[in-house]
Amino acid sequence: MIEARGLSKRYGATVAVDALGFDVRPGIVTGFLGPNGSGKSTTMRMVLGLDAPDAGQARIGGRRYRQLRWPLREVGALLEARAFHPGRSARAHLSALAASNGIPRSRVEEVLGFVGLADAAGRQAGKFSLGMGQRLSIAAALLGDPGVLLLDEPVNGLDPEGIRWIRGLLRSLAAQGRTVFVSSHLIGEIARTADQVVVIGRGRLLADTSVAELSARSASLEEAFFELTSGSAQYRGALDSKGRTS
Amino acid sequence: MTTTAATNGRYRFSQVARMEWIKVRSLRSTWWVLAVTVAGAVGIAVAVGVNTEDAAADLTNNALAGISLGLLLIGVLGVLMMTGEYSSGMIRATLAAIPNRPLVLAAKAAVLGVVALAVGEAAGFIAFFAGGIALPNGIPAPALGQPGVLRAVVLTGAGFCLVGLIGLGLGAIIRHTPAAIAVLVGGVYVLAQLVAAFTQTLMAYLPISIVANSLTAVKPMTEDQVHFLSPWTGLGMLCLYAATTLGIGAWLLARRDA
Repeated sequence: MIEARGLSKRYGATVAVDALGFDVRPGIVTGFLGPNGSGKSTTMRMVLGLDAPDAGQARIGGRRYRQLRWPLREVGALLEARAFHPGRSARAHLSALAASNGIPRSRVEEVLGFVGLADAAGRQAGKFSLGMGQRLSIAAALLGDPGVLLLDEPVNGLDPEGIRWIRGLLRSLAAQGRTVFVSSHLIGEIARTADQVVVIGRGRLLADTSVAELSARSASLEEAFFELTSGSAQYRGALDSKGRTS
Repeated sequence: MTTTAATNGRYRFSQVARMEWIKVRSLRSTWWVLAVTVAGAVGIAVAVGVNTEDAAADLTNNALAGISLGLLLIGVLGVLMMTGEYSSGMIRATLAAIPNRPLVLAAKAAVLGVVALAVGEAAGFIAFFAGGIALPNGIPAPALGQPGVLRAVVLTGAGFCLVGLIGLGLGAIIRHTPAAIAVLVGGVYVLAQLVAAFTQTLMAYLPISIVANSLTAVKPMTEDQVHFLSPWTGLGMLCLYAATTLGIGAWLLARRDA
């Protein structure tokens, strides 16, 4: 269970996230939908305690992230495609993370096999393709067998087969009772994968509902999404180089 | 829920230190830095030894003359332990695994400190003996039993350790590799040249000068009216620099967004 309450973050004069509140429940896949620069990544970083909110707070299972006793065993996160040192092997990267949270070494081999990197585990991760890098990041998220998963744009860089694999993975993780929160700017991807959807635009909550309910509002989920976000459409042309709303 | 029943307790320093040790040892660059550090110190010690003409000089200090290259490399290694995480994005994985940020920096400092000390001692002792062996006939090699000699060789390793920690602290403060290396090299080397040219009294307080003229000296050194710090005062000064940079680095790490 993830709870966000009044989360706000500004960068200088730019409001990235504005009094955002929502719940992410266990047992289902919750999509986090919004145009590029709408504040999805910032929100995820605040949930993970990486960025400090200017106001409000996020809790995971009732606790702030920094209060977690073994963070990787409770929360798995994929924030960017390549959150690993290019000179380190996939195995060493995962071993280091495993050691920090008292996760047995056998689990490293397990997740390497699970994401299909067993044969590439000894190679420098910097030489991985985008898709392999994404698989390594997913392996890191699954390392501690966490009950809560946050994945920021997990299908980026994956080939069709990889996308299909992620879809199945997310659904099976949710079916096991885990809380799965997955962001995307691809509406079709969310429509196929998620049960519930949190839609934001310019850092503000636009909808927090089921995919079925939202789709029923218009001809399709895509139509419903554009109707929701059209009110804040002007920011489309006003993204800065970092993809943040300017 | 299929969450692993988390064992009791929570992450502690020992787990964080193990993570940092795996990170350090799994980068090939670490081993290159350490190898070049020792090889550079020994090579220059031999070259200086072979060309020694004055038996009355501080031969121990001369034998340790080659450590400055290695000092720079160890400082860069310290910088990269932090900045390498920022440039790759690894920092977010690290801080998500261990949200207690000062603990992360403390673990990095402990791992780097032990590695740099071990390699620094090895470089110091090997350079000392190699430099002694390389001396021409007629010039007796210094012995560890002579006053101040063992101290000079042992403090060489401490110098490596502390310069590495200064680099780590600078990396945590500055976060960008080129900028942090520029400040390290500028502060440790370039500044020394400038200060030497203008204000000589300050010269004694510069890190490179402390290592070269205080820690590795058998006798108190005076050069162009600059009175260098005594070995122990110099060591204290370096500790102060390392503690200050690491302290500021930890403070900023805890407060800034990752």
